[in-house]
Amino acid sequence: MLNDIFIAPFADMIAAPDFLLQVLWEGLVSGILYALIALGLVLIFRSSRIFNFAQGIMVVFAALTLVGLYQMGLPAWVSVAATLAVMFALAWSIERVVLRPLVGQPDIILFMATIGITLFLIGFGEIIFGGETKQMITAELGIPTGSITLEPWGGLLILEEKDITIVIVAGLLVAGLLAFLGKTRMGRAIRALGDDHQAAMSVGISLQTIWVLVWFIAGMIALVTGVAWGARAGVSFALEVIAYKALPVLMLGGLESISGAIIGGLMIGMLEKLFEIYWGQPLLGGNTETWFAFVLALIVLLFRPQGLFGEKIIERV
Amino acid sequence: MIYRTVGQFKTSYASDQALFPVRQDAFLLGIILLFAWVIFPLTASEFAFQTLLIPILIYALAAMGLNILTGYAGQLSLGTGAFMGVGAYACYKLITIFPWMNPVVAILLSGIFSAGVGVVFGIPSLRIKGFYLAIATLAAQFFLVWLFEKWSWLYNDNASGAIQVPNLDMFGVFVAGPQAASITQYFVVLAIVSLMTVLCINLTRGNQGRIWKATRDMDIAAELIGINLMKSKLTAFAVSSYIIGVSGALFVFMWRGAAEPNLFDIPLSFRVLFIAIIGGLGSIMGNYLGAILIVGLPVVLNIVPEAIGLDIKSATVEHLNIMIVGALIVFFLIIEPHGLAALWRLVREKLILWPFPH
Repeated sequence: MLNDIFIAPFADMIAAPDFLLQVLWEGLVSGILYALIALGLVLIFRSSRIFNFAQGIMVVFAALTLVGLYQMGLPAWVSVAATLAVMFALAWSIERVVLRPLVGQPDIILFMATIGITLFLIGFGEIIFGGETKQMITAELGIPTGSITLEPWGGLLILEEKDITIVIVAGLLVAGLLAFLGKTRMGRAIRALGDDHQAAMSVGISLQTIWVLVWFIAGMIALVTGVAWGARAGVSFALEVIAYKALPVLMLGGLESISGAIIGGLMIGMLEKLFEIYWGQPLLGGNTETWFAFVLALIVLLFRPQGLFGEKIIERV
Repeated sequence: MIYRTVGQFKTSYASDQALFPVRQDAFLLGIILLFAWVIFPLTASEFAFQTLLIPILIYALAAMGLNILTGYAGQLSLGTGAFMGVGAYACYKLITIFPWMNPVVAILLSGIFSAGVGVVFGIPSLRIKGFYLAIATLAAQFFLVWLFEKWSWLYNDNASGAIQVPNLDMFGVFVAGPQAASITQYFVVLAIVSLMTVLCINLTRGNQGRIWKATRDMDIAAELIGINLMKSKLTAFAVSSYIIGVSGALFVFMWRGAAEPNLFDIPLSFRVLFIAIIGGLGSIMGNYLGAILIVGLPVVLNIVPEAIGLDIKSATVEHLNIMIVGALIVFFLIIEPHGLAALWRLVREKLILWPFPH
């Protein structure tokens, strides 16, 4: 028993390093998707203190809209632009209809409101686009579909080209986002709003405009995530479950930290794959990916309540 | 006019703090109890028992358990569904290991198991707060549902992986299983739920309830006035999980008749959370109002299109349901963030002052 837990898995790893690399690569790619969803959540949380449960369904919704528009006969890149327009309309109407009347309510009420939005979007999306799994328009968007085979240590390592594209695009997106938040006027306004609502409003930053903007950026991230995940697994409402995976990422990384979301996402993606392959399947009957990330985050949080990268919690009466 | 409180003088603190300081409240409750115990059983159809009365009571009980934790002790939890599952599976194991056991006793005992599990998963609440804690309770949700699937001892190695409720009798009358009559099940559920409600009301009015409320309002301040936070939070988790466990056992044994692990998955947790929040956090009555709304709404939405002669596919109706429920949640949060119970408080205030506006 002890051998199975502490020795055998590591022996396996050393015996087949190419397989280990393959597992880590798979974990990295799904970790990037978790990190992207977590990023959308962090952005909204920082600027408005809203824990946006609807981010996961926004991913599905964006991907479905894209595929749906393409099937209606629009060219691929026009559908991307049209989807962005739809996401903007969504951000605008969420701000106008849901958030504005609820400004200043307790956090849990706003959280519940985003669950309400989630249900609404699920029903709405199913009625318009139907429930069946759709094929992502990978080739039409110019995403390569081949694969690269490497042979480290005489083994076999297969890297899918679309996964590589995902990694590169995600990296560019994050870099662009950080530059936007750090260098531009709008970006600074977002951060100011995150620091102190009232102070930011008193120097003339419009809460409403920024909220629409932030939700729109979250929608853009959702579209990228949707395309990436859809290219791997097809577009359906089952995608929604990956949204839950973003939650332990947030616990690990801290709700406020963009770099925390990214590092946390990559860590969780890789660790859960490792655990599943080397411990979960042989010892526990598999499918441990549903809970491993949560339990890991829970254990980390017991020792570091603010998360790995969160701001130090100072409490006063 | 009917709610006029003129002439009801309070001459001692005890009478001012009584359960019904206003006589009409007691009268109203009497009418509700009359309906619940006499009129509904006499008039309700099989359909009404199975789709409305029994589920409303069970969901209200689950929401009450969650409300103790979230509404009174301030610890947000998203793992309700899994704790209901613990209650259901514990009850199933008790019934199959001790077949002679009285089913009601088994249901009440099964809550103890879920209370134990609840305390274990409540330990992080001593260090984690707010949304972090909510996500931590999701760990319980996903882990327990996974365990229900993988640990075949829990469902007696059934090939189907589901638990089936056997025929159980109490004093010669079947109360659970395929042979039980809806009306008996309704009375069993009603009795247990009423008992729990009375206990909850008195618990939250008393010393323990005040300790929980102090913890909820500001835990550091509570600690400073000498409240043991660990004890307060863990008792909240224990009591809440006990009630949720009992409701889970009722859910399977008195209503569904069979259960698969994914029945206790996250949609159930959210359903109960909706009930607690739309009903009103920190209110016992709110749970019933919320349950009536959330359970009753889909039933109404299913009947309406047929009644007015619209021809919609049943799948579309279901999706439309989800959509409307989502929109209504947002709507109710906007008109009254403190829930239906707060709306009723407002109406009652107006009735007492009527016909004067202030």
